[in-house]
Amino acid sequence: MATVQPHRVRAGRGVELGLLLLALAIGVASYALAGIGTTDEVPPDVIGYGVGMAALAIGIHLVLRWRAPFADPVILPITVALNGIGLAMIYRIDFAYAARGREDTFAQRQLVWTAVSVVLAAAVIILLRDHRTLRRYTYTAMIAGLVLVLLPLVPGLGVSINGASIWVRVGGVGFQPAEFAKIAFAIFFAGYLVTHRDTLALAGPKVLGLQLPRPRDLGPILIVWGASVAVLVLERDLGTSLLFFGLFVAMLYLATERLSWVVIGLLLFVLGAIVAASTFAHVGARFDAWLHAFDPAVFDQSPGGSGQLVRGLFGMASGGLFGTGWGQGRPDLVPFAESDFIVASLGEELGLTGLLAILLFYAILTERGMRTAIGVRDGFGKLLAGGLAFIVALQTFVVVGGVTRIIPLTGLTTPFIAYGGSSLVANWVIVALLLRISDEARRPAPSMKPTLTPVAGTPAVGDDDQLTEVMRGVR
Amino acid sequence: MSELTITLLRLGYLALLWVLVLFAIGVLRRDLYGTRITDRRRRKAVPAAAAASVATEPTKPEGAPARVPRSARGGSGPGRLVVTEGPLRGTIVPLGTSAVLIGRAPGCTLVLDDDYSSSRHARIFPQGGQWFVEDLGSTNGTFVADQRVEAPTPVPTGTPVRVGQSVLELQR
Repeated sequence: MATVQPHRVRAGRGVELGLLLLALAIGVASYALAGIGTTDEVPPDVIGYGVGMAALAIGIHLVLRWRAPFADPVILPITVALNGIGLAMIYRIDFAYAARGREDTFAQRQLVWTAVSVVLAAAVIILLRDHRTLRRYTYTAMIAGLVLVLLPLVPGLGVSINGASIWVRVGGVGFQPAEFAKIAFAIFFAGYLVTHRDTLALAGPKVLGLQLPRPRDLGPILIVWGASVAVLVLERDLGTSLLFFGLFVAMLYLATERLSWVVIGLLLFVLGAIVAASTFAHVGARFDAWLHAFDPAVFDQSPGGSGQLVRGLFGMASGGLFGTGWGQGRPDLVPFAESDFIVASLGEELGLTGLLAILLFYAILTERGMRTAIGVRDGFGKLLAGGLAFIVALQTFVVVGGVTRIIPLTGLTTPFIAYGGSSLVANWVIVALLLRISDEARRPAPSMKPTLTPVAGTPAVGDDDQLTEVMRGVR
Repeated sequence: MSELTITLLRLGYLALLWVLVLFAIGVLRRDLYGTRITDRRRRKAVPAAAAASVATEPTKPEGAPARVPRSARGGSGPGRLVVTEGPLRGTIVPLGTSAVLIGRAPGCTLVLDDDYSSSRHARIFPQGGQWFVEDLGSTNGTFVADQRVEAPTPVPTGTPVRVGQSVLELQR
C-alpha cells in the first residue's frame, strides 16, 4: 500500500537567489584571480565590479519575482556564471595584448554589452506577458529574419571582415544581424510547424522501418536548405548556414517525431558540405585544416591554414587537467583568443576540470530549455522553447567541437562567453524568452474551484469523516 | 603572493565551479520526478490516532471479485490505471487481479486528495476478462465517458473515467 502525493511546484525564487550568489561569487573570483595572475595584485576596482554585476543580476532576479514568479530557478544563475567567466577571460586577454603592445578595450566594451543585454532581457520579461503573443508574428518574424540575414549584403551597409560578410556597420557600431535572425527564425519555425506539423507527419511510404514523408511535403525543408546554401555562398559563412539548417531540422523533428526528417536533413547537409568543400576554396581549406592540421604546409598556409587551430590545441594541452591558473598561461598566442578561440583560452587556464564544468553549464542550460518545452502546455511554446534550447546546444557543440578538432572549424560564437555584443545580446534575449516560457510551464494549473460552489449543509455520504464538496454547474 | 596561496586559489576556484554545477543539478533533480510515492508500511510509527482511524475503516472489498483467468488478461487487457487529469496527474497504478478502490479515505488503493471525491468513491474491478467501474454511492458521482455510472459499467481501455476532479483511464 502506497500513497501518492501530488507534486507541489516550488516557485524556486529562493533557490534561484542562492544559486545566483554562487554564480556572482564565481564571476567576481574569476575577475580577481585574473587580476592576481596578470598583475600580482587584486584589481583595485574589484568591489565596484562585483557591486555592478550583483546589481544587474539581482535586478533581473527581482524582475522575475515581479513578472515571472514561476520561472525556472537554474537558467538565470547559470547564464550569469557563464557571462562572468567570459568577462574575466576577455579582461585577462586584454592584459596579455597590452603586454605585447597592442592596446585593446575588449573588456570595457563587453562590460557595456553585458549591461545592455541584461536590461534588454529584463525588458523582454516585463513587456512580453505571454509567449503565445509571438505566434501572431509568425510571418513577420520570417520576413524580419530574412531581412536580417540579407542585411550584410546591402552595399554600403555590410562590411566584410576576414572573408565573411556577416557584419553590418551603422554609425560606427558594428553588429552581426544573423545573431538576431536566429531568434526570429526560431519564432517563425515554431509558428509554422505548429500549424503544419500534421501535414509533415502524414503517412508516406515506409522504407526500411523508416516512415518517409511524401515527396510533395519536402518543400519547406528544401527551401530552408536552399536558403542556408545561399547564406554559405553569398556571405561565405559556414557557421550561420549550419545553425539555421540545424535549427530547422531539429524543430521539424520536435514537431513531427519523425526520424526520417533527421535522416533527410543529414543527407542534405552532407550533400551540401561535399559540394561546398569541392567548389569553394574557403570551405575546402577548412576541411583541409581539420584533416591535416599538423602538416607543416597546412599549418603555415595563410589565410586558411591550421595555425590558429593547432595553437589552440597546444594551449589546451599545456593547461592539462587543472590548467595553468588565471593569468598564468599564454592564450594570446592564438589569434582571436577573446572571441572564436575563447574556449581554448579557458581550456588552457582552467584545464580540463574547468572546461568540463563550463560545458556542464551549457548542458544544464539546454536541459532546462528542453524541460521547459516538455512542461509547457501549448504546442507553439513547446517548439519555441525546444528550438531556443537547441540553438544554445548546437552553437556550443559547433564551437567547442571546432576548437577541439572534432569537426571542421566554423565561425560561430560561444554563447555568453565569447567577445561580441550582438551574440551576447541575442543570447540574453533567448534566456529571457526561455524564462518567460518556463514561467508558463511551471505555473500550477488553475484550480477548478472558482467554477464550483460547495452547497452548504449537504450531508456527507457514508462513512465520510470529512465533508465532500458537491459539484455544481459542471455537465 | 606565495606559490602555495596561488595554487590554493586556483584549485579553490575550480572547486567553486563544480559546486555551482552540483547545486544546479541538485535543484533540477527534484523536478525530474513528477510525484513522490511514499510507502505507507514504512510510516507505521506515525501518529497513533491516524493509525486508529485507518483501523476502523471497513475492510476493502477486494477479496470478493472473481479472479480473472490469466489467459483473459493476456496481451490485450489493460495493464495499468493512469490518472490523466487532476492533482495526481501522471500517477500510475499497476492493475493486477484485484479490485482498485478509489477515494479520499486513507485505506483506498488510490488515495485522492480531493475535496470533491467521497471517502470511498468508486471501485474498478475485473470480471470475466473485462474491467468494470462501480460507483460506491458517492456524492458527486462517477462518470464513464460523461455518462453517470448507475450500475457496474464496463470500462474499455482508453475511456476517461471522472472521479471528483480527477480523470482516470485504463491503459495497456
